[in-house]
Amino acid sequence: MDLPLIWFLLIAVLWTGYLVLEGFDFGVGMLMGLLAKNNKERRLALNTIGPVWDGNEVWLLTAGGATFAAFPEWYATLFSGFYLPLLLILVSLIIRAVAIEYRGKINDEAWRQRWDWAIIGTAWVPSILWGVAFANLVRGVPIEEVDGRLEYVGNFFDLLSPFALLGGLVTLALFLTHGAIFLALKTSGEFSQRAGDFAKKVSIASLLIAAVWAIWAQLAYSQPWTWAAVVVAALGLVAVVWFSRAESFGKAFIANAVVVVGAVVLIFGSMYPDVMPSSIDPEFSLTVRNASSSDYTLTVMTWVAVIMTPIVLAYQSWSYWVFRRRISTEHIPEHNELTFLKK
Amino acid sequence: MEALELARWQFGITTVYHFVLVPLTIGLSVLVAIMQTAWVRTGNEKWLRLTKFYGKLLLINFSLGIATGIVQEFQFGMNWSNYSRFVGDIFGAPLAMEALLAFFLESTFLGLWIFGWDKLPKKIHLMTVWAFAIGSTLSAYFIIAANSWMQHPVGADYNAETGRAEMTSILEVLTNVTTLAAFPHVIATAFLVAGNFVAGIAVYWMVRRHREDANHADLPMYRTAARFGAVTMLIAGAAVIYTGDVQGKLLAEQQPIKMAAAEGLMDTETGASFSLFAIGNLAGDDPSSVTHLIEIPKFTSFLFTGDWDAEVRGINQLQEEYAERYGATDANGDEIEYRPNLLVTYWSFRLMIGLAAFSAALALTILWFTRKGAYTTKPWMRNLALVSLPMPYLAASFGWIFTEMGRQPFVVAPNPDGVDMVMLLTQSGYSPSVSAGEIITSLVIFTIVYAVLAVFWFRLLHRYAIEGAPQVEEPTVDEDGSKPLSFAY
Ligand code: HDD
Ligand code: HEM
Ligand code: HEM
Repeated sequence: MDLPLIWFLLIAVLWTGYLVLEGFDFGVGMLMGLLAKNNKERRLALNTIGPVWDGNEVWLLTAGGATFAAFPEWYATLFSGFYLPLLLILVSLIIRAVAIEYRGKINDEAWRQRWDWAIIGTAWVPSILWGVAFANLVRGVPIEEVDGRLEYVGNFFDLLSPFALLGGLVTLALFLTHGAIFLALKTSGEFSQRAGDFAKKVSIASLLIAAVWAIWAQLAYSQPWTWAAVVVAALGLVAVVWFSRAESFGKAFIANAVVVVGAVVLIFGSMYPDVMPSSIDPEFSLTVRNASSSDYTLTVMTWVAVIMTPIVLAYQSWSYWVFRRRISTEHIPEHNELTFLKK
Repeated sequence: MEALELARWQFGITTVYHFVLVPLTIGLSVLVAIMQTAWVRTGNEKWLRLTKFYGKLLLINFSLGIATGIVQEFQFGMNWSNYSRFVGDIFGAPLAMEALLAFFLESTFLGLWIFGWDKLPKKIHLMTVWAFAIGSTLSAYFIIAANSWMQHPVGADYNAETGRAEMTSILEVLTNVTTLAAFPHVIATAFLVAGNFVAGIAVYWMVRRHREDANHADLPMYRTAARFGAVTMLIAGAAVIYTGDVQGKLLAEQQPIKMAAAEGLMDTETGASFSLFAIGNLAGDDPSSVTHLIEIPKFTSFLFTGDWDAEVRGINQLQEEYAERYGATDANGDEIEYRPNLLVTYWSFRLMIGLAAFSAALALTILWFTRKGAYTTKPWMRNLALVSLPMPYLAASFGWIFTEMGRQPFVVAPNPDGVDMVMLLTQSGYSPSVSAGEIITSLVIFTIVYAVLAVFWFRLLHRYAIEGAPQVEEPTVDEDGSKPLSFAY
C-alpha cells in the first residue's frame, strides 16, 4: 500500500472535518455581530455551539499533529513559512476559547460586551485567513533549497496575492452561509427566521465568489480530474441557494458540507503529488514522497487512525444527538451569575 | 538578541504558562469526578454543592489551559522547524495520538458534562465527567512520552541519508523508562496541586463560616472538602517524593551532567554532600568562586545512586567525557559547552523540592485540627492555606524548568547506552526561515495576550472562590426540551 498517499488523503479528511465543523462555529461567531439584536439573542446564538465547539476545534489539533507525524517536512516548512498568518490565527483561537467560556461568568453588561466583541472578531480573522492559507498552497509559494532543506524564502506580503485574498473571501462566505444555516436549524422562532433569511442572501454571494475562485484555481493551477470536484462544489453551491430558498435548511446544511468537501478535494487534488508546491522551481517542491515519515511510522499511525477515528466519530455524533433540540430565546435563563464586588 | 535566543524565550514562556494551568486541570478533574461519584452514591447534597463549586473553578481554569495548549501544537513547526524535521518521525506520533485519543475525549465529554446536567440520566452524566478526567490524564501520558523521548531517546535510529531520526519501535517509545518515571511524578504533582487547591479554599471557608456562626450549616461540607484535599495531598506528596527519587537515580545514568548541575558539583567526589544554599557566582565562568552552605553530608551521592559513598562525577570531568563522545565543536567550529546554566539548575532543583514543605504543613495541620469532627477556626490556618495555594504550582514550574534547562545544550539529549547519533543541539533545532523580527512580534503579542488573560483568569477564580459553594437544586432530566437551559454561556 502507498502509505504516504493514504496519509495525504487522511489529512485532507481531517481538514474537511475541521472546516465543516468549526466552519459553522466561526459562522455563528460572526453572526452574533450581524444578526443578534440584543444580549439574549447573542446568548442564543452562542449556546447553539456551546456544547460542541471545543470538540470541533480538536479536528484542527489532530490535523496539526497528524501532519507532524506523517509529513514532518511539511509541518516544519509550512508553519515556519506561514509564521505571521498562523500567529494571527493562533491568537484568535486563544482569545476565542477564553471569551466563550468567560463571557457569561460575570453578570455585567460591559464585561459581556467586551467578550462578545472578542468572540465576533476572533471568528472573522481565521475565517478569512484559512482561505488565504489554502489558496497559497494551491498557488505555490517561494520555496528554495537552503542548506539541503526546503525552506520558505518569501515574506508575509508574498502570501497576499489577489488569488489568495479571494480564497480568503471564499472561506469567509462559506462559513457565514454555514453558520446562518446552522442557526436556522438549531434555533426556533423569530431569530431562526432571520437567520434563514440571511442564509438565502449570503448563499448567493457565496456561490458567486466560490465559483470564480474555483474556476480560477482549476484553470491556473490544477489538473484535469479535479474538474469533477469543481462540478460537485458548484452543484453543491447551487443546492445551498435552492434549499435555503425552499427553507429546507437540513438539506442546505448537507449541501454546504458537500461544497467544503469539493473545495478540499480541489485544493488537495491540485497540489498532489506536492504537499507544498514551490513557485520558484518545481524541483524545490515538497512532495508527498520527500516530506513524509518512514513507512514504519506511517504504518503505526495508520493503525491508530483506523481504530480511533470511528470511535471518535461515534461519540461526537452522540453528543450532537444529545443536544439535537432547537433552542429559542425562551430557553435562555435570566442572568444569575455573580457580579464583581464593588469595593 | 538572536533568533535562537528569542525562540527559546518564547517557547519557555508559553510552555511554563501552559503548565501552570495543566496540573490543576488534571488533578481537579479527577477530584471533581470523585465528588460527583460520592453524590450519586450517597445522595448527600453537600457533595453536589462541592461538585458544582469546584467544577466551576475547574472550567475557568480549563478554558485557559486549552487556549494555551493550541499554541503548543503548532509551535514546534513555527519556531523549531529543524528540530521538527529531525524528530518528526518519532516525536510527531505521540503528539498525534494525544489529539486522537485524549483531546477528543476530553473536549467532547466536557461539553456533555457542562451542558448535560438536565439532559442525561444521573449515571450517564457521571460517566461523562470520568471520561473527561481520563482524557486529561491520557493527554499527559502522551505528551510526557514525547518529552521523555527528548530526555532519553529510545526506539529510534539515525538515517544518514535523510539526516533524520527514524522510529524503529513505537512500543519502546511509549514504554521508555524515562516516561514510566516522569509520568507518575507529573501526575502526583497534579494531585498535589489540586489537593492543595481544594483544601486551601475549603479551609478559608471553614474559618470564615465558623467566625460568622459556630453552627453554620456549611461547616460539615467544608470540613469534608478540607480533609478530602488534605488526604489527597498526603498521598500525592508521598508519591511525588518516591517518584522523584526514582527519577533522580535514572537521571544519574541518563543525563549525568544535568545531575551534577543540580548540585553545582564541579569536580568528581565520592560521598558528595547536598547543599541547601550556595553563594558566589554560579552563572559565571569561575565556578570555583562558589561556596556551598549548610551541607547534608553524602546526600547527593545517596540521592542519585542510593549509595552514600558512591562517586559522583563533576562537571569538569563530564565536559571532557562529553566532548570526546559527542564532539568538541559544533557545526560552526565553536567549542561546545556541555554544562547547563548552573544558576538555574541549582536553584530550580532546590525550589522544586523545598516549596512542597508548605503543602505538607497544610495537610498535616488540617488533619490534626479537624480530627474527630472538629472544625478549624484559627485565622493562622486560613493564612497558611492561602499562602500555600501557589506553592505546588511554583514547585511544578521549577521542576519543568530544571528538567528542560538542565537538558541544555541539547534539545534531544543523547542516550548514553546507544541510539547513536540520535541527538540534537538546541542551536541546530530552530527555524532558520523565521527572522528575529518575526519572533519579537510573536513574543510580544503572546506575552501581552497571556498577561491580560491571566488577569481575567485570576479575577474569576478569585471571585468564584470567595463566593463559596452555591446552593443547588437536584437536577432532573428535561424530557421534552421545554425547560430553560440549566447552564448557558
Ligand atoms: C514535547 C516536548 C516538550 C514538552 C512536553 C515540554 N517541553 Fe520544554 N522544551 C522543549 C520541549 C518540551 C524544547 C522544544 O525542547 C525546548 C525548546 C527550546 C529548548 O531548548 O528546548 C524546551 C524548552 C523549555 C524551556 C526553556 C529552556 C531554554 O530556553 O533553555 C522551558 C523553561 C521549558 N521548556 C519548560 C517546559 C515546561 C514547563 C513544560 C511543561 C509543560 C515543558 N517544558 C514541556
Ligand atoms: C510542549 C508540549 C505540549 C503540547 C504540544 C501540548 C498541546 C496541548 C494542546 C493543543 C492542548 C489543547 C487541547 C484541547 O483543546 O482540548 C493542550 C491542553 C492540555 N495539555 Fe498540553 N501540551 C504540551 C505540554 C503538556 C504537558 C507537559 C502536559 C501534562 C503533563 C499537558 C497536559 C495538558 C492537559 C491536561 C490539557 C487540557 C487543558 C488544560 O490544561 O486545562 N500538556 N495541550
Ligand atoms: C512539591 C514537590 C515536587 C513537585 C511539584 C515536582 C514537580 C516536578 C515536575 C513537574 C518535574 C518535571 C517533569 C518530569 O520530567 O518529570 C520534575 C522533575 C524532577 N523531579 Fe520533581 N517535583 C517535586 C518534588 C521532587 C522531589 C522530592 C524529588 C526528589 C527526591 C524530585 C525529583 C525530580 C527530578 C530528579 C526531576 C527531573 C527529571 C528529569 O530531568 O528527567 N522532585 N519535578
